[in-house]
Amino acid sequence: MSLALKALKKSPWVFHVNTGACNNCDIEILDCLTPRFDVERFGVLLVGSIRHADVLLISGPVTQNILPRLKRLYEAAPRPIKVVAFGACGCRCGIFRDGYNIVGPIDKYIPVDAYIPGCPPKPETIISGIVKVLNQL
Amino acid sequence: MEAVLYFVRYLVFPGFLFSAVVGLLTTWVDRKVSARVQLRVGPPWYQPFADTFKLLGKEVVVPAGARHTGFLLMPVIGLAAATLASTILWLVNLRPETSFVGDTLVVLYVMTIPALALILGGSASGNPLGALGSAREMKLLFGYELPLVIAVLTSIVKVGSFSFEKILIYQEYNGVMLGSVSGVLAFIVMIFCAQAKLGFLPFDIAEAETEIAGGTHIEYSGGPLAIVRLNTAIMYLVLPLFIITLFWGGVNFVGWRILTSVLKYVAIVVIMVLIKNTNPRVRIDQAVRFFWGPMFALSAIAMILAIVGY
Repeated sequence: MSLALKALKKSPWVFHVNTGACNNCDIEILDCLTPRFDVERFGVLLVGSIRHADVLLISGPVTQNILPRLKRLYEAAPRPIKVVAFGACGCRCGIFRDGYNIVGPIDKYIPVDAYIPGCPPKPETIISGIVKVLNQL
Repeated sequence: MEAVLYFVRYLVFPGFLFSAVVGLLTTWVDRKVSARVQLRVGPPWYQPFADTFKLLGKEVVVPAGARHTGFLLMPVIGLAAATLASTILWLVNLRPETSFVGDTLVVLYVMTIPALALILGGSASGNPLGALGSAREMKLLFGYELPLVIAVLTSIVKVGSFSFEKILIYQEYNGVMLGSVSGVLAFIVMIFCAQAKLGFLPFDIAEAETEIAGGTHIEYSGGPLAIVRLNTAIMYLVLPLFIITLFWGGVNFVGWRILTSVLKYVAIVVIMVLIKNTNPRVRIDQAVRFFWGPMFALSAIAMILAIVGY
């Protein structure tokens, strides 16, 4: 295993994007940064720009308006990038699957490396999901 | 032979390699203390090194609207300048005979270059938020340079010389600058200016992750981002060292003075981290008003006291 890859496992920076979720998942993501769970122990940081990201964390079903932006975001990310679908809506559109403005789950449009189910997922689930993504490297 | 020696000094010992390692360790102290303030555990000690190596291995994206050369060259120029400042400061502390007349002013000028490089790099990125970050950084630069220069001049006026060697010798015989009223006032001003120079809260207006998504470094990725971060890390080493040299008797690696040197350095870093963690971000107009108002007044008072002899 190369040094860069080894280092990547120790410092995955996460860029979070909401593609139409109800905001519950987003609150749960912030919970991971609180003293109780503190994912910074493992080097995980939430970054503000997609150019700095190693993991693209997407919550929510994909709405018509966000779809072109989601595709552009995926193209703008520097490789290697891992994509994680977050929450019941991220995995299979959840309760929004019959919505008039929903164009389908995330993996219909961009390749997804891991799914974290739950409505919303518990912080423990999130951490376990991140560990699984890192073990794929 | 002399040239080779200076080259080695610039690249290895007090220069690039040493400064990068110590600077990255300092950013770890920063993150760890921040975490402890927030009752978290915080990252392990090798975290900044892992971040740097990871970024070096990632793809470098140059946005379509960016000026290639300027965008990629600016972090390197900033890094070279930060390394130069660090090398001069370490050399005058460890080997005072390398000091030359006016080196305080040289360091003062060289320390401005990383900020200028960041401004140019942000404007070359072709991103509106990057340009916004650059504009903010420029206004901040205009804000803090005035009190910073006056605070540095306080020490120079007291000693009556522009060289670090004379300043260190003066402090050796007459007690440190921090022992006098003017020294304490100038020290306070310097701490706040260092905070702004490093782009820390309450003055991280130019980066403002939650507001303009990284500002000046929004478009940097991979290697260039690693260099930008290394740049900040080395400046994190340079500024406390500059303050210690001017006001607190300098650092020294002989005998027991290793311990006091490290303690001085860590004390200043912890003060800065505590300010960073207990203050919200201010607006750009508030920041400029703060530096041109209270900080300018404080440094001017320090200057007058130094001229009078306190």
